[in-house]
Amino acid sequence: MEVKQIGDGVYEITCGTTHYREVNAKVRELVNAGAQKVILKEVYGQRYIGTGIKGKVKIEVHGTAGNDLGIFLYGPEIEVFGNAQDGVGNTMRDGKIVVRGHAGDVCGYGMRGGKVYVEGDVGYRVGIHMKGYKNLVPTFIVGGKAGNFFGEYMAGGILILLGLNRKPGEDIVGDYCATGMHGGVIYVRGEVPKRYLGKEVKVFEPTLEDMKLLTEELKGFSEAFNIPVDEILSEPFTKIVPVSARPYGRMYAHRWGIATGLIK
Amino acid sequence: MACGCYSEMAGCGLAGIVNRDGKKISGKFIYDSITAMKERGNGMGAGYAAYGIYPDLAEYYAFHVMLDDLDYESEVNAVLNKSFKIVKSEMIPTKEVPSLYKKTKPPYFYRYFVEPRDDARLPMESEEDLVVRTVMTINDKVKGAYVISSGKNMGAFKGVGHPDEIGDFFEIKEYEGYIWLAHTRFPTNTPGWWGGAHPFTLLDWAIVHNGEITSYGTNKRYVEMFGYRCTLLTDTEVAAYLFDLLFRKHRLPIRAVFMAMAAPFWKDIEHYKKVGLEKIYEMAKMIRTVYASAMLNGPFAMLFAFKDGVIGFNDRIKLRPFVAAEKGDTVYMASEESAIRVICETPDRVWMPKAGEPVIALLNHCKEEDVCYPA
Repeated sequence: MEVKQIGDGVYEITCGTTHYREVNAKVRELVNAGAQKVILKEVYGQRYIGTGIKGKVKIEVHGTAGNDLGIFLYGPEIEVFGNAQDGVGNTMRDGKIVVRGHAGDVCGYGMRGGKVYVEGDVGYRVGIHMKGYKNLVPTFIVGGKAGNFFGEYMAGGILILLGLNRKPGEDIVGDYCATGMHGGVIYVRGEVPKRYLGKEVKVFEPTLEDMKLLTEELKGFSEAFNIPVDEILSEPFTKIVPVSARPYGRMYAHRWGIATGLIK
Repeated sequence: MACGCYSEMAGCGLAGIVNRDGKKISGKFIYDSITAMKERGNGMGAGYAAYGIYPDLAEYYAFHVMLDDLDYESEVNAVLNKSFKIVKSEMIPTKEVPSLYKKTKPPYFYRYFVEPRDDARLPMESEEDLVVRTVMTINDKVKGAYVISSGKNMGAFKGVGHPDEIGDFFEIKEYEGYIWLAHTRFPTNTPGWWGGAHPFTLLDWAIVHNGEITSYGTNKRYVEMFGYRCTLLTDTEVAAYLFDLLFRKHRLPIRAVFMAMAAPFWKDIEHYKKVGLEKIYEMAKMIRTVYASAMLNGPFAMLFAFKDGVIGFNDRIKLRPFVAAEKGDTVYMASEESAIRVICETPDRVWMPKAGEPVIALLNHCKEEDVCYPA
């Protein structure tokens, strides 16, 4: 591991195969000392990058980001020049992650705030159990295609799948899409084969209100990858929303909560 | 960071390299690749399998045998001698790796290059059957001796340790092969012992596996009906025997083998029919019916190597990570993309294979339909 200052508040760390614990400790140390931007070079799968840092810091990752990139992220902006592995934005709360490549399985798991933009494809189980509450609404946008279990058990937030790199005849999403979904919304650019959809959801045509929301949310993605919003919106979208509300609300609830009527 | 520190929960890690041109690759690459995923193991098991490492003795079966005590060597020798002419036998060279001895006392490793005796085969028994029978006999009947590989021009090296420790112990970087498999283990359900490390091999099949085979009981009873003995206290072993049974004994084509082991769901089989894939529908239905007990259930990613190539595949809902890449004639497979990038900075293509869909990387001179069985 090699650390050097390359500007005012800007540091560069050459990671190589250094253990992630050392790299992440160094990043935190630099940020605590006032670094505004940390550039990680030659990254080979170091895990948990960006976690444990509060505030508006920029982290650049050059190479292959390891598992759980930006897990519990609370403010920083991460940009990956390369591919990311599994678990991008796991349980993320605030901030932004941009991946200029593809990302692996279980991305956006339990995400509760912030933005994630992936340029290419994502793996299986992306956006599962995303959640939202009042003004904490996470957005996860996938530029490419997604595997099975996309948005499974989704409870809130916005999940957008664009399939911009889709070849004719290719599925944009895999099986068990939105299975068990009970909150939030999924927008897919194109159609989702009915046999892939969970029985807890219904498919609608986006309303004007939806298009306004989409346009707003796509701005960030459009800027990040330099793709005009009009071009993205040039094809019809499918809107997927749950038809039930809180079906699991009582499942693990305390009997006292149910008895007093606090949990419905 | 030297990992005297604690290890966090992870899964196992696996890596594979095949040069489709048959060009030799130094063990250094697979060593670096699997060591990049050290975090996925906990130092309780690691191993390597290499093909093309014994070019001068390529026509003989190479038995790698693990011995708890050197005294058992004579017994192994006696069992082998009954059915084979031993052309060469020697201790497998190992290097002292002090950190290994803190965990366990490493056993002894012998290798035998053998030729089947003409009169040793039972009626209707093939040469390969004879090798399998001998492996089962040694594993089952010779106390403290386990055959860890038994193919031609290949070998397995494994034990209790991190992948770099085991790699240094067996001096993996000194070998050159055209196919390499490697594994780092995080034992969860079965003990971490030298024989339980991956790869698992039989004849020239080798398997490394991340995950667990929850259908182990069913699969074990099934292969036992055909004379295989599961003695290594772990689930992966059964997958090696299933491959031998389906591939070599029943001579199923490659895709049929994988359709049996990671069978499509019935609803998907029905869908084949709906979209007019009648033949695949019939085939899938028959395979699921006939080979119900060969289906592997549970979360897993597996790499499976034999003299003609490497095949990687996932369970049917992808509960373990699996990435593949290629550069020219070399195909890479691993649990994490970083483990590939560390030895191949700019692959021509990197992709995340779909669940249950095998990645078949055969040598250029092999055709898929020709490789139903070895030799």
